[in-house]
Amino acid sequence: MSTNLANLLYLIPIVAFIVALRFLSNPAHARRGNQIGAVGMLVAVVVTWVKIGTTSWWAIAVGMLIGGAFGAVAARRVKMTAMPQMVALFNGVGGGAAALIALAEVHRVLPEPGAPKVDISLAIVLSALIGAISFAGSLVAFAKLQELIGGRPITYAGQQFVNGVVLLVAVGSGVALVSGVQDEWLLWTLVAAALLLGVLFVLPIGGADMPVVISLLNAFTGLAVAASGFELENNVLIVAGMLVGASGTLLTVLMGRAMNRSIANVLFGAFGQVSESAAAVAAGTDGGSVRSANAEDVAVMLAFAHKVVFVPGYGLAVAQAQHDVRQLADLLEEKGVEVTYAIHPVAGRMPGHMNVLLAEANVPYPQLKEMDEANPEFGRTDVVLVVGANDVVNPDARNNEGSPIYGMPILNVDQAQTVVVLKRSMNPGFAGIENPLFYNPKTVMLFGDAKDSIDRLIEDVKGL
Amino acid sequence: MSHNTLLVFELTILVLAIFLGFEVISKVPTLLHTPLMSGTNAIHGIVVVGAMVVLGAPNKDTFDWIVGFLAVVLGSANVVGGFVVTDRMLEMFKRREPAKEADASRDGQNGT
Repeated sequence: MSTNLANLLYLIPIVAFIVALRFLSNPAHARRGNQIGAVGMLVAVVVTWVKIGTTSWWAIAVGMLIGGAFGAVAARRVKMTAMPQMVALFNGVGGGAAALIALAEVHRVLPEPGAPKVDISLAIVLSALIGAISFAGSLVAFAKLQELIGGRPITYAGQQFVNGVVLLVAVGSGVALVSGVQDEWLLWTLVAAALLLGVLFVLPIGGADMPVVISLLNAFTGLAVAASGFELENNVLIVAGMLVGASGTLLTVLMGRAMNRSIANVLFGAFGQVSESAAAVAAGTDGGSVRSANAEDVAVMLAFAHKVVFVPGYGLAVAQAQHDVRQLADLLEEKGVEVTYAIHPVAGRMPGHMNVLLAEANVPYPQLKEMDEANPEFGRTDVVLVVGANDVVNPDARNNEGSPIYGMPILNVDQAQTVVVLKRSMNPGFAGIENPLFYNPKTVMLFGDAKDSIDRLIEDVKGL
Repeated sequence: MSHNTLLVFELTILVLAIFLGFEVISKVPTLLHTPLMSGTNAIHGIVVVGAMVVLGAPNKDTFDWIVGFLAVVLGSANVVGGFVVTDRMLEMFKRREPAKEADASRDGQNGT
């Protein structure tokens, strides 16, 4: 197949991807959109397959089988709660592939007579740099979310300096390569520095900010892929990579806006830098006392309320309690209680994550209230049941300028008559921030695993 | 086509793709942020095409074989995993429709 014919046929996947993105922005067509994207991808692979001809076809087939099987099995098996780290993992391998392509290209181009063209070397350098950062960064994000390493920000003295030096090494070797120094080791140095940079760059970022980071790394991989397109003079890589690069950047900004944080603020360590003042705040709340209740008391409160609002957080997802919560809600509704769910935009480990989980439990969609809709209602709510949420109901975000989450819009659950918090223990949440809500006189704590607690509540409400 | 003509052409479509990328998702609801992130993640799996070109090139030495093969494995994992995971998420969003109707009818009964 000629290059022209291949490029013409590549228009099919290009159009498919654009339509896919368009459809993905609307709940009614989202699934269709994803399927259209998958068909486009299949066309791109087949066209490439035919274009390459018979060279090493078996190696390509074996590689695709291994990678595809891994991807399919991992994607099928993963629980909905572990979705964010799975996305991080698939994003990382994509970035890794882009970096590997750069290594292969430099190995092919450098021995050729004459210096390589500047734009080609620039594309190689960019795809190696961004791809390797995305690969290493995504793996660290995966490890953090999978709790292989601690979710709290990891900071140390001289961090910015070390990062600066590593960045300088990476950029230095890149500049040397582009300016015509023909040494393959330069790219290896660059890739090694970029890998290190990816690790160093994600390590200090707190777990609660991870979704924004994954979204940004997603955009990075898109950019790396577009750069690979320039190396290989391949249109479909340029367009698809850049579509993802641009839409991923916009998505990252939108997510930051939902948390009232700038992207720079997420990346360069508000969580790390103010941790000392957060510790001071935590010390201040130690004096307050916590009221704990048993399930029977809470069941009575719930059953005789007029209006109950559930505030689900990641703890609900971890305990797989979304189905039990729905049962409890149904029971209460039978008793004439008005039940809704208040969903914070960043509840869970990803924006929109909680909606996915509650949809899985068949919670009727009209009962899910977004923050702007939910907040005015708390004033006339009898009981708020906070199930495994923490930072998104932390009044410090509103009141305490020293708090790392100050300024983040929250669900104002403290305006309700009574707040019941289901929580495993008094440990601070994923982000490691103390929550004065727990010390509020209106608040009662129901300690235990979220699923067990909800099941006990169901039994007790039935018994009333 | 000379190298420079090709480069100018490639830069043109790059710039158009940037604007298209912004435009096409400018009004996405928070509800869909997770699936959209996952969906775009699958689309950059197109890198597998580049990996195929590298592994399918003639006159490879051992280094090219290893790197190309690894790239194909990683790229395929990205594509297949990305699309499957997104589909699983969106499948659940679809099931919302019957639940919504059931809920509406139940509300109706309560009201009467």
